[in-house]
Amino acid sequence: MEFRIVGENVPRKDAVAKVTGKARYTRDMGMPNMLYGKVLRSSITHGRIKSMDIHKAESLKGVVKVLTPFNTKCHNFPTAGHPYNLDPNHQDIADRNVLTDWVRFYGDEIAAVIAEDEFSAKKALKMIDVVYEELPFYLDPEEALKEGATEIHEGSKNVVGHNRFTLGDIDIEEAFDQADFVYEEVLEVKPVQHCQMENQVAYAYVEGNGRLVVVTSTQIPHIVRRILSSALNMPVGNIRVIKPIIGGGFGNKQDLVLEPLVAMMTLAVNGRPVLLDMEREECITSTRTRHGARFYMKTGLRKDGRIIAKQLKVYGNGGAYAAHGHAVIGKMGGDFYRLYPAEKAVEYESYTAYTNCSVAGAMRAYGTPQITFAFEAHMDNIALEMDIDPLVLREKNMVQKGFVDQLTGVPILTCGLPEIISKGKEYIDWDKKRKQYSAQTGDKRRGVGFALFGYRTSTYPVCLEIGGARIVMNQDGSVQLQMGATEIGQGAATVFSQMAAETIGIPYEMVHFEEFTDTDVVPFDPGAYASRQCYVSGKAVRKAATEVREKILKRASGMLKIQQFALDVQDGNIIRADNGEVLCHVGKIALDAFYNRTDADTITADVTEVSDTNCIAFGGCVAEVEVDIPTGRVEIMKVLNIHDSGKIINPVLAEGQVHGGMSMGLGYALSEVMLYNEKTGAPRNNNLLDYKLPTLMDTPRLDVLFVGENDPTAPYGNKALGEPPAVPSAPAIRNAILHATGVKVNKLPMNPQTLFEYFCAAGLI
Amino acid sequence: MYDIGKYQEATTVEEALRYLHDDPGSRIIAGGTDILINVREGKDMGVHLVGIQRINPLRKIIVNREGTLSIGPLVTFTELEENELINKYVSYLGQAGGTMGGPQLRNIATIGGNICNGATSADSASMLFCLNARLHLRTKESERTIPIQDFYLGPGKVDLKSGEMLTEILIDRIDYQGFAGKYTKFSQRKALDIATIGCSLMLKIRKNIIEDLRLAYGVAAPTPVRCCNAEQYAVGKMVTLEVAKTIGMKALEDVSPRDSWRGSKAYREQLIQELAQRAVMELLDQGGKKDA
Ligand SMILES: Cc1cc2nc3c(=O)[nH]c(=O)nc-3n(C[C@H](O)[C@H](O)[C@H](O)COP(=O)(O)OP(=O)(O)OC[C@H]3O[C@@H](n4cnc5c(N)ncnc54)[C@H](O)[C@@H]3O)c2cc1C
Repeated sequence: MEFRIVGENVPRKDAVAKVTGKARYTRDMGMPNMLYGKVLRSSITHGRIKSMDIHKAESLKGVVKVLTPFNTKCHNFPTAGHPYNLDPNHQDIADRNVLTDWVRFYGDEIAAVIAEDEFSAKKALKMIDVVYEELPFYLDPEEALKEGATEIHEGSKNVVGHNRFTLGDIDIEEAFDQADFVYEEVLEVKPVQHCQMENQVAYAYVEGNGRLVVVTSTQIPHIVRRILSSALNMPVGNIRVIKPIIGGGFGNKQDLVLEPLVAMMTLAVNGRPVLLDMEREECITSTRTRHGARFYMKTGLRKDGRIIAKQLKVYGNGGAYAAHGHAVIGKMGGDFYRLYPAEKAVEYESYTAYTNCSVAGAMRAYGTPQITFAFEAHMDNIALEMDIDPLVLREKNMVQKGFVDQLTGVPILTCGLPEIISKGKEYIDWDKKRKQYSAQTGDKRRGVGFALFGYRTSTYPVCLEIGGARIVMNQDGSVQLQMGATEIGQGAATVFSQMAAETIGIPYEMVHFEEFTDTDVVPFDPGAYASRQCYVSGKAVRKAATEVREKILKRASGMLKIQQFALDVQDGNIIRADNGEVLCHVGKIALDAFYNRTDADTITADVTEVSDTNCIAFGGCVAEVEVDIPTGRVEIMKVLNIHDSGKIINPVLAEGQVHGGMSMGLGYALSEVMLYNEKTGAPRNNNLLDYKLPTLMDTPRLDVLFVGENDPTAPYGNKALGEPPAVPSAPAIRNAILHATGVKVNKLPMNPQTLFEYFCAAGLI
Repeated sequence: MYDIGKYQEATTVEEALRYLHDDPGSRIIAGGTDILINVREGKDMGVHLVGIQRINPLRKIIVNREGTLSIGPLVTFTELEENELINKYVSYLGQAGGTMGGPQLRNIATIGGNICNGATSADSASMLFCLNARLHLRTKESERTIPIQDFYLGPGKVDLKSGEMLTEILIDRIDYQGFAGKYTKFSQRKALDIATIGCSLMLKIRKNIIEDLRLAYGVAAPTPVRCCNAEQYAVGKMVTLEVAKTIGMKALEDVSPRDSWRGSKAYREQLIQELAQRAVMELLDQGGKKDA
């Protein structure tokens, strides 16, 4: 495939608006006569509300209404941004209500105040008296799953979900018996938070015609619309959801967090606009987190390093509500099995448990960073024990082109792993440094580490993958590209425009993309999640653009009296296909389509495309670290992410995407963790002072490299790139620390305190 | 959202003292980077504030004839870091200030606010302990000058009487002349973070013998602390790695770090030793050697 615009560094559609401050975010808008909402959050971790006194709060000047679980009515609803499942057995768990009298985590939503100003709303919160009856709480999934534990959701036994599969010709125990070397260990990752720059914020009102409008910072406008409809028992058609410019989501906004409540609020005040704007503290405790998990891992190998049997049992910390249910932890099974297929047998079993921690949900790469940390650490531990180079161990076992996933049937048609390894080795000078750093003493020691991963691009065949696109040609030959797929800062508007321009044959500047996603206007698309949009929604763009191009050519053929096959559209002109002679501008064709007295028929396309393929993106990270043993501090000397994401649609944007993911990965590796008070269950660090999101000063130079070939299943050769950058840094750094110190750090984050404890235990301090 | 009950702004010290006197519950706001955080968190709701940002004399840094340095409480950390006199006489104090927050914070946060806030983690405090800084405090009716050690009473508690204001931070010549110094802030992040341990060291060496050494820590006790045992041990010793290590060990006798979820006692003790030892060796390399 030869591309003209796809693959070019065209400027972002929203670049100027963002740097000049003109981009309008939810909080920049609002309505006249708007009211302000604030949420009362529980100050216990698990229990029932015995009574709630709102009289004082209600009588405070400026307060319009106080909502409680006792004076509101709403259907239980699921919150996950998944496509609806027509099979009732596979629908998301509807365990959530707008306000609850059964508190399930510290910060749960128990009442809400609507007031004339934010200040009065906040003051009123302090005037609500709540009497609780406390219940035992669990912060650890395995504790919550113990026989006899108090249920967090009635009848659940604290199991959100469970799955198990085995693959291979022989029983796993038999396979272990055949192994020359068996290695078994436990690894653990803790919950972390997205910390996207813009907290959740939304406002809602009822139009004169009775329709409910919700303006919200979401990744999934069409799904918000459907879930609101079931929560409020209101026809979908009566609800309009508008997504303005967004300040990041990373999966935190792939859930309904405040939309049902803000809708409820406006309905409670006769449709007057109500704004709900979360504060950072609330956003950290009471939105979503990345699942923590404990991994019980066992691997059997032959003397030569071939893996013959793999077994993994995972306990995931789902937090207080199901949200994405078992999908995140369940998905780890595929990642576990696929990257290093075992010769004889694989066994995977996993639980997601309800706990009384903040609710876990989707976060960039959806379980893959966790399992990749665990398995890539495990691989290096095995390599150390077997005295094999960790990359040799990987090369002996890693998946290859032509492999067909037995769980999904998805074949691997392109695979950049060999190139990822060779380029990474070259960058870090692997062979030399592995030797050079092998026997160090002293306070400061260096090491190099590598980690690989595979990443499925869309959710097919687990979920339906559907995309929609509408292209409407303007009178000047430019087009409006309208999509339900959402721009959330990742650059979707830009790359979709590149795709449309490419396929139609017009310049990038002639594609207009309105970043406000309005469900009244844009065709259906479930939205921005997984790494699906370029791949799935990209197929819809290609289909719509192809149709538009056909229509242009057909009309041009009639106007120019030249057969259609002899014409082409390029750079906004109708040209002769054979010699490139420019015949006329597309604007001329467009004008004719609008105003031809006998044959007017405006040029549009409105398509839906169901994607029934998937592909695996690959990548890796290689890092060199210096470990300061007495203080437990790790300095990153060099770090490179290498991605095989197929065709890179816009290299500059893609590099930015990788930088962001690496930064997230470094935080995951070295500093970020959500902490809870063991005695009370209250969050310890729900602010950006104590939640150690890395700053720019903590961030080393981030190197990026793209490798690989175009994937034939993709609309433009592209594979996943949105989420993968966040996957490999943590295990790469972890493995570099192992190389530097010989200490197997089997948990995250590897902050100075934790490393101090490991080094003490290992006798280094 | 800030619930501020009343705001009065003074342009002279006398005016500020009058406001404070007439409205006893009112609080001074300088840069506001501590007090507004509290107000936002709902701790000081309805607070009455007296603004002092426009009192220009409080922004001065001067040296008098006796060589006493006077630093106005409104001096921001950016100003401290860039000031000529500071760089000439006590550059390490400016360096300590340079570890605060980030550039935006340093442009607004003041040294007076840092001290009066009373946190053991205040990044300028332990160095001021080493420098034997004295604080000049005034009310409408009286004034006094006290050593900074006496000012700190407990966590977040300082000896600031009702209606009292810090107007000057004083450092005598004998407390800085001939010293090299270094502040080490150990925090998880390299910016926008609170110290796990802050270590201030001043060293005067003659012919490789320690003539004077001053060591103080932040976050090693409820208030910043000087380490007298370590200091006494050090004087008269020839600097070696062994001696530096012993100074670190001796420091443990003077501190009382806490076990908290932000860091264990054992880990803080490790840092207390390690940071002192490293600072001694580093200053030795960097010119602590140069004869006074
Ligand atoms: C993002 C951020 C990062 C921070 N990072 C750091 C850091 O790295 N290290 C650190 O030590 N601190 C840090 N802080 C805390 C704070 O910035 C400092 O303590 C700062 O020096 C306070 O100065 P201020 O002028 O803003 O004080 P203000 O908030 O104005 O005042 C603080 C207190 O001192 C009183 N006060 C102020 N001036 C006087 C005076 N002249 N006389 C009597 N009382 C007075 C006030 O009444 C108030 O009680 C940080 C704060 C923020 C918001």
